[in-house]
Amino acid sequence: MAVYEHTYKQYLGKLTPEWSRFLVIPRHALRDVFKSKLFTAFFVVCFIPLLIEAILIYLHHNVNALAILKVNVRELIPIDAFFFQTFVNLQASFAFFVTLLVGPPLVARDLRNNALPLYLCRPFSRTEYVLGKMSVLLILLSTMTWVPQLLLFLFQSYLEGGRWFIDNLWLASAIFIGSVVWILLLALLSQAVSALVKWRVIASAALLGIFFIPSVFGEVINQIFLTRWGNIISLGALMKNVTAGLFGTFVQASGHITEWDGRVGREIIVNEPPLIASWFALFVVCAICLALLSRKVKAYEVVR
Amino acid sequence: MALAEPISQQPIARDPASLRDPASFAPVIDLNDLCVKFGGRPILQNLRGELRGRAIGLLGPNGAGKTTLIHTLLGFHSPSSGTAHIFGQDITTDAKQIRSLVGYMPERDSYIAKMSAVRFVRLMAELSGLPSEAALERAHEALFYVGLGEARYRSLDTYSLGMKQLAKLAQAIVHGPRLIFLDEPTNGLDPPARQRMIRLVREIRDSGKANIVLSSHLLRDVEECCEEILILKEGRLAVYCNLEEERKSNRKFLLLETRGDRDKFAEAIGALGCEYAVTGDHRVKVVLQGGTEVRDIYRIASQYDVQIRRLSYKRDSLEDIFLKAMENGHGGL
Repeated sequence: MAVYEHTYKQYLGKLTPEWSRFLVIPRHALRDVFKSKLFTAFFVVCFIPLLIEAILIYLHHNVNALAILKVNVRELIPIDAFFFQTFVNLQASFAFFVTLLVGPPLVARDLRNNALPLYLCRPFSRTEYVLGKMSVLLILLSTMTWVPQLLLFLFQSYLEGGRWFIDNLWLASAIFIGSVVWILLLALLSQAVSALVKWRVIASAALLGIFFIPSVFGEVINQIFLTRWGNIISLGALMKNVTAGLFGTFVQASGHITEWDGRVGREIIVNEPPLIASWFALFVVCAICLALLSRKVKAYEVVR
Repeated sequence: MALAEPISQQPIARDPASLRDPASFAPVIDLNDLCVKFGGRPILQNLRGELRGRAIGLLGPNGAGKTTLIHTLLGFHSPSSGTAHIFGQDITTDAKQIRSLVGYMPERDSYIAKMSAVRFVRLMAELSGLPSEAALERAHEALFYVGLGEARYRSLDTYSLGMKQLAKLAQAIVHGPRLIFLDEPTNGLDPPARQRMIRLVREIRDSGKANIVLSSHLLRDVEECCEEILILKEGRLAVYCNLEEERKSNRKFLLLETRGDRDKFAEAIGALGCEYAVTGDHRVKVVLQGGTEVRDIYRIASQYDVQIRRLSYKRDSLEDIFLKAMENGHGGL
């Protein structure tokens, strides 16, 4: 089938290993994503907090620089679990906005243009398709969350010394697990929404709605029933609790409310849902997303 | 990246003489009581037989189950009972191996948006397991082959319907499959584009390097491309025939358009020892036997005062076979 021959010929060359074929999807998709200059600019902006984090770590260990800036080392933010947690949460917010831009069209576009049979008529399974599409977000979000955060952790360990590294190794696992759970949640949710809604704009709006509408409802429940169990339907609050748990900053008694019974005031301590409940709720959300993907990602939908 | 072994290739008959003889091939598709049900409703019922032709036509009215059969063979739907084999591999247990041997051109508009044709075809080749460089090379070749060479860098969104059909064909052949499923390949094409598509299908068939299953409700497309036909009716196998053999064995017959007492006239022809059939309002089909000549027909017509308005020699066309199948019901291999 050479261009000049114009004849049909079979391919008898070597083939790539089957396990690696799902990576073809992110390779092509990421090239498309970075074609947009606007997105590229936004992606660069996402690294500014990491730059600030790096500068803070550097300043913390550079007496000369502090002297020039006339800053007392005690006035600087301490480099501890809370420091890393704050930046993990900040990057998580950026990751959410990147997902809003990249996630919804991934499956929706294929469904709208009936492209799924073209993928699935090859030696390429539905699982590989979903994995490939999710990899686009997993790769993109990893490069702006846990990968640079771990590098900064190593940077801090290098400046602080080996003892600090050993004592705070659990922080590295908290950074990794917290970020990966968030990335997985975002990737699964965006793929599920993308598979349900074929139109990109509507899918983006739906994804936004999934995060914010339950949060509002949850807050209403909290206010009416004087509880914090409303947070169980808020994905943002769930992740906040889970991340706090990983960084060891989770406090179950999160506040108190004064309830007035006639003239008598009564202090009520409100408790956040236990961590296990937050983990379970996230697991349920992920399971629902997988079930939806399994139902929708098919070569052809059978009308019964 | 380490490269795996190439797809296991069954020996392909390359001797031109053997290519002309479909019987020299192992069965391309072997149907073993294949049944498919959707929600309890039977869509395909007890399909059975061995298909060996280089080009196999799947015919049937809308809703007969042609596309469902292709989808089942591709592993998109699971059989409710029975099974099928493609090149000896079971569709239920070896679906992935089968998919590495086949190419598929879907009926509906299918493409990946916001992608140039060459990137689209390359992506499809890579998904089939071709390394990146080889995939790019083959994508260019496939697009030139189908006639989209000059438009290969254009976005698929800007393609006309005919061009999209050709791009679909390019992605179906880019990895050099041994069996190509073409589902209504001429749908929505204007006559020159249709001719081009038919020519491409015939070229691939004649290359002897790939078998073709062509599903269509257009008899002309199937007649022009295929050697074997499978006619489905309400999910059942209505007719299977080898068109080549049918053409060879098909006797010529006379088609008479008459006015007058047609029945008595036909009986008199029958008395001469000729086979006859009365079709339509005024038509009689006659197969001349032995020493019977056309002048005898005129003589009988004159005897029974029947006018012969038109007389022509014909052979049974695919249309006749198809219509007969639709009237008769179920056949078999």
